[in-house]
Amino acid sequence: MTAAPAVRRYAAHPFWQAVGILVLAYIVVVWVVPLLPGSAIVPKSVVLQYMVTVLVGLLIYVSDNEERWARFKEPIEAVLVEPRLRVARAALLVVVTVLVGLIAYGQVATTVAAPPNLRSIHPAPPTEITFRGKSITLTGLENPLRAHPESLPLYLAEGKGVYYRNCLPCHGDHLDGQGHFASGFNPLPANFQDNGTIAQLTESFVFWRVAKGGPGLPREGTPWNSAMPQWEDFLTEREIWSVILFLYDQTGWKPRRWETEPGKGESGKGKGDD
Amino acid sequence: MTEHLLLGLQAAADTTRAYGEFPLIGARAAVWIAAEVHLMFAAFVLGVPMFAVVAEAIGIFGKDQRYDRLAKEFTRLLLVAYSATAIWGAVLVFFLATLYPKFWAYLTAVFGPSMWAYAGLFFCESFTLYLYYYGWDRWKYGRPKLGHWSLGLLLNLWGTIVMFIANSWLTYMMTPPRDITPTTDPATIKLWHAIANATWMPINVHRLIANVVFGGAIVAAYASYRFLAAKTDEERAHYDWMGYVGNFIAISALIVLPFAGYWLGREIYQYDQSMGITMMGGFMSWLWVIQAFLIAVLFLTGNYYLWIGMGRIPGAERFRPYTKYLLIVLVLGAIVWGTPHTMIADSKELAAMGGSHHPFLGALGVMSAKNTAVNLMILTTFLSFLLYRRANTRPVVPWAKSGTMIQGAMFALAAGVVLFYGIRGYFVEAIVRIGFSVYQVLAVLGCIVAVTVIDVLMGRGAQSLGAIQWGKMPPRSQYALFILAVTFTWLMGLMGFARSGIRQYWHVWQVVQDTSKYAATPALGYASKMISLCVLIFLTLVGFVFWLGGLAEKSTFVATGDREGGGGGRHVGH
Repeated sequence: MTAAPAVRRYAAHPFWQAVGILVLAYIVVVWVVPLLPGSAIVPKSVVLQYMVTVLVGLLIYVSDNEERWARFKEPIEAVLVEPRLRVARAALLVVVTVLVGLIAYGQVATTVAAPPNLRSIHPAPPTEITFRGKSITLTGLENPLRAHPESLPLYLAEGKGVYYRNCLPCHGDHLDGQGHFASGFNPLPANFQDNGTIAQLTESFVFWRVAKGGPGLPREGTPWNSAMPQWEDFLTEREIWSVILFLYDQTGWKPRRWETEPGKGESGKGKGDD
Repeated sequence: MTEHLLLGLQAAADTTRAYGEFPLIGARAAVWIAAEVHLMFAAFVLGVPMFAVVAEAIGIFGKDQRYDRLAKEFTRLLLVAYSATAIWGAVLVFFLATLYPKFWAYLTAVFGPSMWAYAGLFFCESFTLYLYYYGWDRWKYGRPKLGHWSLGLLLNLWGTIVMFIANSWLTYMMTPPRDITPTTDPATIKLWHAIANATWMPINVHRLIANVVFGGAIVAAYASYRFLAAKTDEERAHYDWMGYVGNFIAISALIVLPFAGYWLGREIYQYDQSMGITMMGGFMSWLWVIQAFLIAVLFLTGNYYLWIGMGRIPGAERFRPYTKYLLIVLVLGAIVWGTPHTMIADSKELAAMGGSHHPFLGALGVMSAKNTAVNLMILTTFLSFLLYRRANTRPVVPWAKSGTMIQGAMFALAAGVVLFYGIRGYFVEAIVRIGFSVYQVLAVLGCIVAVTVIDVLMGRGAQSLGAIQWGKMPPRSQYALFILAVTFTWLMGLMGFARSGIRQYWHVWQVVQDTSKYAATPALGYASKMISLCVLIFLTLVGFVFWLGGLAEKSTFVATGDREGGGGGRHVGH
């Protein structure tokens, strides 16, 4: 009988409301989101970002009104000055000190994990590449095989063969980046089913990435340790275009189109007299 | 191939006397600081006259002396800031001429005549400003007052042309006309051809709006400083009101700024796609995550200021219970807006996620989610402002109830359109999705315009529930104004770096190569520190300007005891 009003009193107090919402938000981000279908753990960097946002929101909530702000500060002031809360004050001092110590330890302790690195997953492609000595302008470039719709089944069959002979071990049977060798790589092989990979790119970008692989990434892609081979050493131009056709056909994604007519958006530079 | 050879030859020829060295921090850092601080002051001195002249017009045509005093106070800040702009501009020119002499010679060869015009206009601008400020009390009434106001217009005209000229130089560096190659003799390039390059007009418009935002934010920060230092209720009332006006101008202009930015970004993509990708998807994309954070800070702080401000408005208590729902929308919006597409994760987390894209939260990292979040945040901010505006009035027109319902329906419709296209964006290809953002923006702008018109009509003859008690604001509201000013300044530095940095190792994109030892694009960590340093230098100097502003005014501020409508206290003539 007495517990319920006490709980209600706490629930109506802005300080405990704020604490409650903060705890709830943490539970949702750290434990509930990973439980959702197809989800995964939330990286610590993102947890921190979300929690800071929620904290700022809470501080705004408790302080945008004089009365609420005064009530919010009551328990804090009480713990800091009231003699009857001496034990709570001492406990708080210990907890805060230990917490700061733990965070500092966590920051400086040596671990075996590689440090997180900022990588540009889709670095800017060059305007032009050299494929086995031949210059190819990427800007405005479409998959040349699409110019022959009657032969598409043939190209797709060819692309499928290329994929299963070369790409399967890493990118997997479902094109989801879960091949047998996948777990041995960092970064992991690209998941083509994800709407953040080929679904966002033009076919010319994919061509560049397949042809030049990890070694051909521009400097801005560093620190980069992609194990993707430079496929121009093993596949012909037509084989690469056909496997690209296969990737889009199999995943159902449509390649990104160019905004302007091919060639119209070119800078007109980088075309020497060669 | 030939072009590559030529570039190599150019690089070899550039090794002698092309670059100078600056002690301790190096040439690039020296130019960086000079350019950035100059730009910040310039933005301030171009932004403030715009609303000084508007405030003066409200004073003249609305017969409200408060606005006239406000305009004069804005202008007083300009005088010192104007000298600082000129000093930093001179420092920049000297640094460029001594540290990058060859490149500077190239720029002068192309733009020489425009630089003379620039100097001439700067002269005109300075003297118009002196006349405008010192003539304030002399031409105070009647026809001479209109003449004085025209001086304000003229000041804006000079300032805008000066900015347009300087913009042509830097946009030329980014997007030189396509027919200009490394072999083109700079002396043969037609001046107008170089000026009217692809990004010139988008930058002009973007900066024009951004200057208003920036000027408003800095003026609000000045008012908050004076509010906190105020000794009397009169002073507090005046500076509370001034802070409100500055903040209102900043936030109102901020709402249209993203559209100008979008145009600029689009022109960059159109000009050279790889440049666009470097900016939005490549190396520079991390800056946009920081930008997202800072913009979320702006929205939250701007709304916070309004909500606290409701505490001093009789009648606002009717609306205060609703602000928590607005806050929920803003916090959720900020979470979505700030969710990175490519997440920073350790190897264990990467393995669990199957890559850098989170399988579930990754959906919040794409453009559809961001556009939806930011448009809803804009709508929410507008709603906050509407509640604030209506707080101390009760409409008396017979159609008030249905008018409010129509306004509510418009909000619902706009939010519905934003959500519909936001969700639909996941099911269409990229090129179609890009077009959706236009519909979202139009829905939001349409709602803002229509709801404002209805509100103005509905507010005619409205019953007042009491005057705003200017000055009755807790100090934390004033710190919110400080946060806004710091955030705007920081954003300007960060985004300016993104724009300028995408040139990479070119002084002029694919025309004049940077062959100095500083040619490499700086790492983001280094860039962030440099930008923060510039912000610190600027704010310290601005703090000094504020202090000077207070020093000059102390003897002229006379309390009147007139508190009606705020802005109590008046300035006596010199």
